[in-house]
Amino acid sequence: MELYELTVHELMDKLNKNEITSEDIVKSYTKRIEEKEKDIGAFVTITTDEALEKSKNVKNGNLAGIPIGIKDNLCTKGVKTTCSSKMLENFVAPYNATVVEKLEDEGMISLGKLNMDEFAMGSSTEYSAFKTTKNPWDLNSVPGGSSGGSAAAVASQMVPWALGSDTGGSIRQPSSLCGVVGLKPTYGLVSRYGLVAFASSLDQIGPITKDVEDSAILLNVLAGHDEKDSTSVNIPKKDYTKSLVKDVSKLKIGVPKEFLGEGINEEVKQSVEEAIKKYKELGATVEECTLDIANEALATYYIIACAEASSNLGRFDGIRYGYRTKNYETLKDIYKNSRSEGFGAEVKRRIILGTYVLSSGYYDAYYKKAQKVRTVIKQEFEKLFEEYDLLITPTSPTVAYKIGTKSNNPLEMYLADLCTVSVNIAGLPGISIPCGVDKQGMPIGLQLIGKPFGEETLLQAAYTYEQEIKFREKYKPQFKS
Amino acid sequence: MQVDRKEILHIANLACLNIKEEEIEEYRKNLQDILNFANIVNSVNTNNISETIGNTSNVNVFREDEIKEFKDEALLLENAPDKENNMFKIPKVI
Repeated sequence: MELYELTVHELMDKLNKNEITSEDIVKSYTKRIEEKEKDIGAFVTITTDEALEKSKNVKNGNLAGIPIGIKDNLCTKGVKTTCSSKMLENFVAPYNATVVEKLEDEGMISLGKLNMDEFAMGSSTEYSAFKTTKNPWDLNSVPGGSSGGSAAAVASQMVPWALGSDTGGSIRQPSSLCGVVGLKPTYGLVSRYGLVAFASSLDQIGPITKDVEDSAILLNVLAGHDEKDSTSVNIPKKDYTKSLVKDVSKLKIGVPKEFLGEGINEEVKQSVEEAIKKYKELGATVEECTLDIANEALATYYIIACAEASSNLGRFDGIRYGYRTKNYETLKDIYKNSRSEGFGAEVKRRIILGTYVLSSGYYDAYYKKAQKVRTVIKQEFEKLFEEYDLLITPTSPTVAYKIGTKSNNPLEMYLADLCTVSVNIAGLPGISIPCGVDKQGMPIGLQLIGKPFGEETLLQAAYTYEQEIKFREKYKPQFKS
Repeated sequence: MQVDRKEILHIANLACLNIKEEEIEEYRKNLQDILNFANIVNSVNTNNISETIGNTSNVNVFREDEIKEFKDEALLLENAPDKENNMFKIPKVI
């Protein structure tokens, strides 16, 4: 058994018993990256040399000396943060994101920065300006996105766990497509300081891990109020590992029937229905319910996310940092040409949509209306959570699809987010856990949605199911080419 | 809402983006497709519903207005495409 095959909690056990050292762990991952990265392409920047140095001298602490991979939209002092964009190809942040600071405080060691769709806009990593990451289960398929590099790196065991960010499903959907566990925390639970902003009212950072226990351990590190993020919430610190209890007997779970109907692949549907049956067997009360907002949520999401993106990405002007055109005479030329040459097509598409819905004449019909529909969506969830502790849906309408099959059709690509975006719209926590594979052996993910700050219930339900079906013991990525 | 060529050029200008002649139709069509889909929001009844502002119950988050010095000025300028005398350099504007 190689060390890279273990979960983080297994590594921690061995470290505690002095059976292994941090250096052993980092060496094991370095070797694995050398073997697999050429097939997967999960990294934008690899920092294994620095990691090996650091591993020789680790401080005390439970997580000290444990490696991690970081999505390339989280600022890391001294290491490039590119957002997989030509715009930031050479950008080195002068400070750490709060979450990165927290990892460092624990003594954790970064193995590198992970590929993504440019500025987190996409569902496949095909919109990365540098490369498309491959799905470890089938190298001709996408890993999902936008945190596709993070999910693929965890699935291919090049990192033991990783940080992702989720604006409309960007942690959960790639986790589903790569057969790993992805948690998007409640909006406000984790500080966004130092996360390159896409849509500020939707973005949230969270863990992508091999199992639910690791997810709880990493959430313990990430969660907490930060005065540098005014939207982070000041609530008492919790120990999420206390939720790792195998019991769902007191839970009442709702299954919104609209998320198992039209547009959901038949095999995905069957697998999720099997999972629902399993929850019943395990003693949970499970009922069908109604949440007829999927399409409205998707439309609302694209209006609001693009509006916020058009504003957030206004900062990229070629003056203080980032790409500057060589082709200019006036200041206006710098702005326009730097942006036009530095941003990829999908980013421009979204800036244009966002600018349109915020522009005079259309603001009321689109942006303002969408913000009202957002309230309606939140109310629909609130109603359901008066009755249920959790909701179950598929994470993605399909398993991973072949590279190149959707990248030319933005609207079709957006439909990949059908099951996940409403969770961001309402600011709720959601987790994706593997629940099976289809006939081709591609992983299928189950999404659990919780009440605001209901991560404990979410983790407990996910853990109970995971311990029962033991997905990791049964299925492994085959690196099919 | 129908988007025509003139409109897409106007929006691109507002967004400070150039669109090449051969790309105009593609961007126009993409925007049109997404707007056609997004129109579904207008079928939702939002009478007496207020807009969502922010996504948490936080209201008016205040802090003391204290100066915190960022020590590493040089690092801040390191990423600048062009600089002079500790300042960002841009073409003449007046």
